[in-house]
Amino acid sequence: MGGLVSKFLQRWTVFAGLVVVWQLLGWFADDPFFPPPSKILTAAYEWWVVEPSNFTEHIVPSVTRLLSGWAIACVIGVSLGLLLGRSERAMEYAGPLLVFLRSIPPPALVPVFLLLFKAGTSMQLATIVFGVVWPVLLNSVDGARSVDVTKVDTSAVFQIPRWQWVLGVVLPAASPKIFAGLRVSLSLSLVLMVISELVGTDNGIGSQLMQAQREFDYTRMWAGIVLLGVLGYGLNTALLAVERRALAWQPRSRDEQHA
Amino acid sequence: MRAFTRGLLGIAGFLVLWELLGRSPLIPAEALPPPSVVFGELVTQLTSPDFISHVVATVLALLIAIVIAVVIAVPSGLVLGSIPAVRHATRAVIEFLRPIPSVALIPLALVMLGFGPETKITLAVYAALWPILFNTIYALDELDSLLVDTARVFGTGRIGVLFLVALPSALPFVLTGIRLAATTALVVMVSVELMAGSQIGIGYFIMEARSGPGRMDQVLVGTVVAGAIGVLLNNGLERVRRRWVAW
Amino acid sequence: MSNMLEVADLGHTYGDHEAIGGLSFTVRAGELVCVVGPSGCGKSTLLRTISGLVAPSRGDVSLHGSHLAVVFQDYSRSLFPWLTVQGNVEFPLRSLPRAERRKRAAEALEWVGLAGAARKRPWQLSGGMQQRVAIARALAYRPALLLMDEPFASVDAQTRFELEDLLLRVRREHDTTVLVVTHDIDESVYLGDRILVLSGSPARLVADLEVPLPAERNQVTTRTDEVFVELRSKVARLLNVGKPAAMDVEKWAAAERESLSETVSS
Repeated sequence: MGGLVSKFLQRWTVFAGLVVVWQLLGWFADDPFFPPPSKILTAAYEWWVVEPSNFTEHIVPSVTRLLSGWAIACVIGVSLGLLLGRSERAMEYAGPLLVFLRSIPPPALVPVFLLLFKAGTSMQLATIVFGVVWPVLLNSVDGARSVDVTKVDTSAVFQIPRWQWVLGVVLPAASPKIFAGLRVSLSLSLVLMVISELVGTDNGIGSQLMQAQREFDYTRMWAGIVLLGVLGYGLNTALLAVERRALAWQPRSRDEQHA
Repeated sequence: MRAFTRGLLGIAGFLVLWELLGRSPLIPAEALPPPSVVFGELVTQLTSPDFISHVVATVLALLIAIVIAVVIAVPSGLVLGSIPAVRHATRAVIEFLRPIPSVALIPLALVMLGFGPETKITLAVYAALWPILFNTIYALDELDSLLVDTARVFGTGRIGVLFLVALPSALPFVLTGIRLAATTALVVMVSVELMAGSQIGIGYFIMEARSGPGRMDQVLVGTVVAGAIGVLLNNGLERVRRRWVAW
Repeated sequence: MSNMLEVADLGHTYGDHEAIGGLSFTVRAGELVCVVGPSGCGKSTLLRTISGLVAPSRGDVSLHGSHLAVVFQDYSRSLFPWLTVQGNVEFPLRSLPRAERRKRAAEALEWVGLAGAARKRPWQLSGGMQQRVAIARALAYRPALLLMDEPFASVDAQTRFELEDLLLRVRREHDTTVLVVTHDIDESVYLGDRILVLSGSPARLVADLEVPLPAERNQVTTRTDEVFVELRSKVARLLNVGKPAAMDVEKWAAAERESLSETVSS
């Protein structure tokens, strides 16, 4: 128990210390660009709690778009990735194309999506999906390739049905790699959600950030940035919890994440 | 060589599909010009000094950003990776900073740094820091303790171990981190240019082509060139890793 | 006794390399046959062609029964780490109703003495126990033929003896037909009713030996039995063990002839 407490203190002391220093500096310097945390929190409270409509009209749609875009990308990425990963031939055809498509900065396609889908949710979803599908896809390919020969042979000898081969062998064998891809994609989704909202929409966290900038309201801008940080932290933590559950079968689970 | 041919066939198939889609009545012609049009425009643009200067501006800013990110992230990673106390203490700060998307900082950077190259370089550095930092820390975790013990036995000090043992054995991971960082930095760079955080660069070229004359062929030329830069960076850094870091 | 497996003029070539060169033999129902041969003589290829993992270049393999099971040498890879021990044993039984699956798995785990470990993950068990799980999985599948590829080569000597006796007991109790591929001469004599001795690459049948030992075997008494010792030396002689110099002498001679002819011609 003592160990836990000291771990907790170790982890949060420096964080809390920095916040306090920032607070003090903010008071003394009184720089409009760097409002102290207390002011940022007050602004956030007034913005989203006092006026719940701001919460439901901006934050909720943003998060919904983020999660649905990510979910679509996951389904496409995992299914296509497993398919390509189990066929060397298919990967030879698709490989170079995938490398190129992955290298395209997704915001560069925003104008194309704008014309194809018109401004709105489907355009934003297209941007998110195109931007985040690659880590999932490529990691799924890698994972599907990593099924070792003995498992392939074992499955062949016991003549298991096709669905069991895909869902019972390839998918679980690939799942550690897939989860690594899912995590990268989730944090990318946040970036692309903001990008897709900076143009061609008037709701969402991204558009509120832009609005705050136009109104020179730096405190609100900071509130938006902090909110995105909290959101990213929360989403990552939640996914890690799911991952730890799903991969509990692994002989040595690696707690340290690296992207 | 057969694999190479298949890869080319794959790309050719994609281009044919795009050509058909672009010419089909299902999709408005001005939204998705076919590749034949886009590549014609690409040839024109590649001979235009104006376009070349946009490309050079982006690439140069990108290289500067990557160098700065390496200079900051590798030493920090070495410190965080080799001194657990520092790592535990800063963990919460890092975990909170990392998920803040660099694009969310665009408005802030714009008002503080203006519309010059400083803005896009700063934001690209911010985005590129994380993969390098985490790969360096991770590499030190994987460090073979036998190597460290061997060095210690021969009287190498703590600093000596860091530079003679830890850094060389971490190098492959660090280079992988740099490769990931370069791709991320390119995305952020073009995004910032697109969002009017600049007056020159590929992103700016794309934005101008879209908002002014609505030339989608030029938008796609910019996109293709940005993608090509990404491929070159990625393959180049991968080759460097394979060539120089063979262990 | 009827034949369970018939192999006729089986041959396999990878590119230029001939791995198996025309093998013919049969395995009768209820028999335990050991295939023994030097390392790298094409034993694995033989096993892969019999099990249908590789289509042979020529010849026929006919199995008188619907399906066979394989126990691989590398138990750590052949078991699925994301499934429990029970899940692993049920792995080939997905097409059966749930209750039947449960029953068969429990039964097979009982046979190999692992009834208590059903809920564990394979990697929580020792190597020998993991190989027992693999054996239970194969038995639960009720195969017409149980193929084993160096099944005990990756466990320590003590565990190996235990597993050998376990195999003998299980196959006696359930009348299983077994084909064991091994490079261990002692093991082949100890386990087998019959031994097929293969030559080096390409694999050819050198001898088909009956093992005139009683069905009940014992790690101490059987291994010191005169019949055992004699048969072991016979197999060893057939495999040319202990005479590695023979080939070197020939090589020397050839090299000498070559150098001589060179000096003569120059």
